[in-house]
Amino acid sequence: MTMTIEERRTRRPQEKVMTTTTRAKISVRDFEFYYGAAKVLHGINLDVPSQQVTALIGPSGCGKSTFIRSINRMNDIIPEARGEGTIEIDGKNVYAPGTDTVELRRRVGMVFQKSNPFPKSIYDNIAYGLRIGGMRNKRELNEVVEKSLIRAALWDEVKDRLHGPALSLSGGQQQRLCIARALAVNPEIVLMDEPASALDPIATAKIEELIFELKDRYTIVIVTHNMQQAARVSDRTAFFMLGKLVEYGETKDIFMNPKEKMTEDYVTGRFG
Amino acid sequence: MNANARRRKIISRIAEALCLLAVILALLPLAMILFYVIKEGFGALNLDFFTQMPKPVGEAGGGMANAIVGTLILIGLAAIFAVPIGVICGIHLSEYPASRFSSVVRFAADVLNGVPSIVIGIFAYGLVVLPVKRFSAIAGGVALGLLMIPIVVRTTEELLRLVPAGLREGALALGATRTRAVFTVILPAALPGILTGILVALARVAGETAPLLFTAFNNRFFSTNIGQPMASLTVQVFTYAISAYDDWHRQAWAGAFLLVMMILTLSMLARFAVRRLERMNRP
Repeated sequence: MTMTIEERRTRRPQEKVMTTTTRAKISVRDFEFYYGAAKVLHGINLDVPSQQVTALIGPSGCGKSTFIRSINRMNDIIPEARGEGTIEIDGKNVYAPGTDTVELRRRVGMVFQKSNPFPKSIYDNIAYGLRIGGMRNKRELNEVVEKSLIRAALWDEVKDRLHGPALSLSGGQQQRLCIARALAVNPEIVLMDEPASALDPIATAKIEELIFELKDRYTIVIVTHNMQQAARVSDRTAFFMLGKLVEYGETKDIFMNPKEKMTEDYVTGRFG
Repeated sequence: MNANARRRKIISRIAEALCLLAVILALLPLAMILFYVIKEGFGALNLDFFTQMPKPVGEAGGGMANAIVGTLILIGLAAIFAVPIGVICGIHLSEYPASRFSSVVRFAADVLNGVPSIVIGIFAYGLVVLPVKRFSAIAGGVALGLLMIPIVVRTTEELLRLVPAGLREGALALGATRTRAVFTVILPAALPGILTGILVALARVAGETAPLLFTAFNNRFFSTNIGQPMASLTVQVFTYAISAYDDWHRQAWAGAFLLVMMILTLSMLARFAVRRLERMNRP
């Protein structure tokens, strides 16, 4: 990684040509979400393009986390929670009856706000998803573990202690470990729920750089509280407010030239 | 220093003194038991006690080799019965904490915990001894196991619920099923604590006498056949202690001393095991 993020951003224009030709990876139509009787998402419509970074921003409690957790149906584990409407991935509705959430979550990886490495070794953390998928061959496992750690820019820091405890890593390393763990099962989409909010600026910069690297291969959706972060890493930004999608578009338009007054007030820091 | 600050300081000192007094009062009986058992028991302990069989009345010497082995077998059997049932029950309670069935199970475990151990013994007698018309180590193991189950259930439940929710989410997000997540991530994370709970429960039932009286009964001979009556330290100590012979009284003290030491060792083992396992869990 020799280029800085700023340098990379200058490559944007030619990437945009590609954008217009890529079709929607995730397509959300009239999606609503309820916790019991409380409606927390109202009629969300949005298309997430393939191999781009889409940021979800908005004040606390606006529903952006609920929304991102709806994409891989992580909300299913909350009793009384239910989604209505459709979220299609490659044209297939994940809320259709009979959808296999286990299969869905293997295609849609997730990284959480608080890094959550398992209390196992670094190696076993990365191998976890592979093993539950039935991979037993040691050589194959070694290979994927190495590749995933390299891809998550963690290999050099941990290659000498792969069998040491994952919890001995620093906070930033733990979060990259969680990213590597998600990448190991070879997902198509990676969801990140405030992946850097608990990290210091240097660790945050590393995660952001990584996100930039990863979009070549994966479709990334990221929730962030940090508007500079959204501006730095994302191609498209969606602004949520009180459970509604207020505005969605190219990141530079959202930040430089928002159509809605509410968006402008938020991105310029007038409330939030 | 003004009067108010001084007053607060004095009250704080009095509270500290009261706390210290309470600690001493709580520890005093333990210290006295230990002191007395060591004083009476240690002298009566010798190599014969571990290697010899009980001698007939009137003959000096002899030991409790059969009872020592018997106690180990009995608590082993208790663990085999109680640990799988208790742990699986605890998993159910922590996975479905709010269901009606769970609250019934929880209540049942608390009631079972409060049932006098002699009643448990009579139950095991009816359940295992009567149908085959023979006292057996299996019956003793069942009785002790029944005493262990509620302790194992509640510790398992409590410790599983202490595992951060993030670990479960992490496993599910990687495509693990709920069962898979429990057995590969959540249970291993709570294992050190659960193991301690099991060892503490074992230490507790190792000292039980009443449930063994109608189940494992006693055996004057060395036996490892779990289908036959089996000696145990507690029953042997009980039998010897109520006898009329000084020599048996001495042996009873030695047995009591050994029991206390076994329980102490189990407790220390529990702490040691936890520390070793936690090394993987914490930086």
